[in-house]
Amino acid sequence: MKEIRIHARAGQGAITTAVILGQAYFQEGKYVYAFPHFGAARMGAPMNAFVRLDDNPVRLRSQIYYPNYLLVIDDTLLRGFNCFAGFQDRGIAVINTNQESLATGVKKTQKAYFVPGNDIALKTIGKPLGNTAILGAFVAATDELKLDSLLISIEKRFPEKIRKVNIEAAKQGYEFVKKIRNK
Amino acid sequence: MRQFLEGSQAIAKIVSLCRPGVISAYPITPQTHIVEGLAQYVADGKLKSEFVNVESEHSAASVVLGGSAAGSRVFTATSSQGLFLMAEVVFNIAGMRLPVVMVVANRAISAPINIWNDHQDSISLRDSGWIQLYAESIQEAVDATILAYRIAENKDILLPVMVCMDGFILTHGLEPVDMPQEQDVKKFLPDYKAILKLDVDKPISMGLLADPDYYLETRYAIQKTHEDVLGLIPKLSEEFENVFTRKCVGLVEEYHTKDADKIIVAMGSVCGTIKEAVDIMRSKKKKVGLLKISTYRPFPYKEICRVLSKAKSVAVLDKAVSLGAYGPLYADITSAFSGKSKSPKISGFVAGLGGRDIMLDTIYAIFKKLNGTAKPCEYVDVKQELLRDHL
Repeated sequence: MKEIRIHARAGQGAITTAVILGQAYFQEGKYVYAFPHFGAARMGAPMNAFVRLDDNPVRLRSQIYYPNYLLVIDDTLLRGFNCFAGFQDRGIAVINTNQESLATGVKKTQKAYFVPGNDIALKTIGKPLGNTAILGAFVAATDELKLDSLLISIEKRFPEKIRKVNIEAAKQGYEFVKKIRNK
Repeated sequence: MRQFLEGSQAIAKIVSLCRPGVISAYPITPQTHIVEGLAQYVADGKLKSEFVNVESEHSAASVVLGGSAAGSRVFTATSSQGLFLMAEVVFNIAGMRLPVVMVVANRAISAPINIWNDHQDSISLRDSGWIQLYAESIQEAVDATILAYRIAENKDILLPVMVCMDGFILTHGLEPVDMPQEQDVKKFLPDYKAILKLDVDKPISMGLLADPDYYLETRYAIQKTHEDVLGLIPKLSEEFENVFTRKCVGLVEEYHTKDADKIIVAMGSVCGTIKEAVDIMRSKKKKVGLLKISTYRPFPYKEICRVLSKAKSVAVLDKAVSLGAYGPLYADITSAFSGKSKSPKISGFVAGLGGRDIMLDTIYAIFKKLNGTAKPCEYVDVKQELLRDHL
């Protein structure tokens, strides 16, 4: 069983991010349970979305406290909010930021990739919605999924108007991390 | 075909395959995507149904009452405060013996305001005469919805059915769902033909005054019908399995109970977490099990006694309360053993209210507590620092 925790603020598309990721795993034959947890029910409040996956049906319904993977969609959450709580020793985090200095608390055995997802999104989508770029980065960072599975999942999720630009954002996020890893 | 679906959208899809003629809902907060999805199907012309927008949940329930009385298959969905606003009509629907099907996305009750999951809403209406089914997974909720129409519309039953699924955990969660094929649903659930209906050509009256000479018998009749439902559900489950080639919800589900010393009794999605805990504890040679109650009303006393009487100790996990008394499910389970010579030691636990997360550790702790003296009503994970004595 692998567990992924997404940190975002309500309204930033964390659920969509979890759905796209879950769908990509599902396409690769995994059993997936993707679900949100809201804090205060209003825009901007810190919230989580989760993805739990396994080779067998997922029955565990609790939230995720010891994630293998972390996705931080909003880097302001790194201030005064412990996104790394319970993060597994060999965990991999993908953080949407262009300020690496914000992410303290990553242990040596853990890996964190700092990806300027919003910058990528501004160039490709025209709005600072870095989710799909971060998903591309996740695929490159973890080797868990085929990039194609993610792209098919993105294609399935978005209406035609924003499909291509999101696929491009995911590809650029993917390349960004690939480059870091090939260094 | 298996698809990766959100609980609410999966329910919208299966309801559309069940072809209700009238759908009514008032999307009060908290709501779900269930009626949103159905409204979309109707607007897109994918479902021929009268979708009635109303000004309150009370009206939504009244519209499906009227639709059903006029001979249509009907559907509505609600949650929490919305269900309570419907309450008056909910009792009328059962009293009028109308086969309404409603999905309840289980959520906590105000005050304080809380949008998260527990079972207080539907449990509070357990005495209304409605049949109540509780789903562990999205798949079970989907299958229970088809089953619900078959139970409700059975000519010997004619009672409404509530399909209860955990708010957020199932309604807003996504998992692989085997969505039934249209022709299979049609085969299992043919078009609805009301035996009695409001018809201008053959006028009848429904929901009349029943004075003390008559009223009691209406309640007695519902009580008797509930007993019949206990016999019907296993038959329908078998029929379901023949058509859809998988098991659907029945009265109860046993999970490693045969040789279990300790058994937890629970309802809804938490049963998944308990199964996981049981597997992990079994790998360490602990003889533990789960009894899942799928049909809560009518209450399957006989099956429950059969399963639990062999256990040494039983924990009943309530996600609802009956303030001033023991937990509702606990009270039901213990009453199943009243007058019986042999009863296990039964403890009651209240957990998960207002969305408080129930973790594997919570389940381990409950199993561990069964080593001690039985307590009828223990609240789990209470934060002492939030209580008055502490402040």
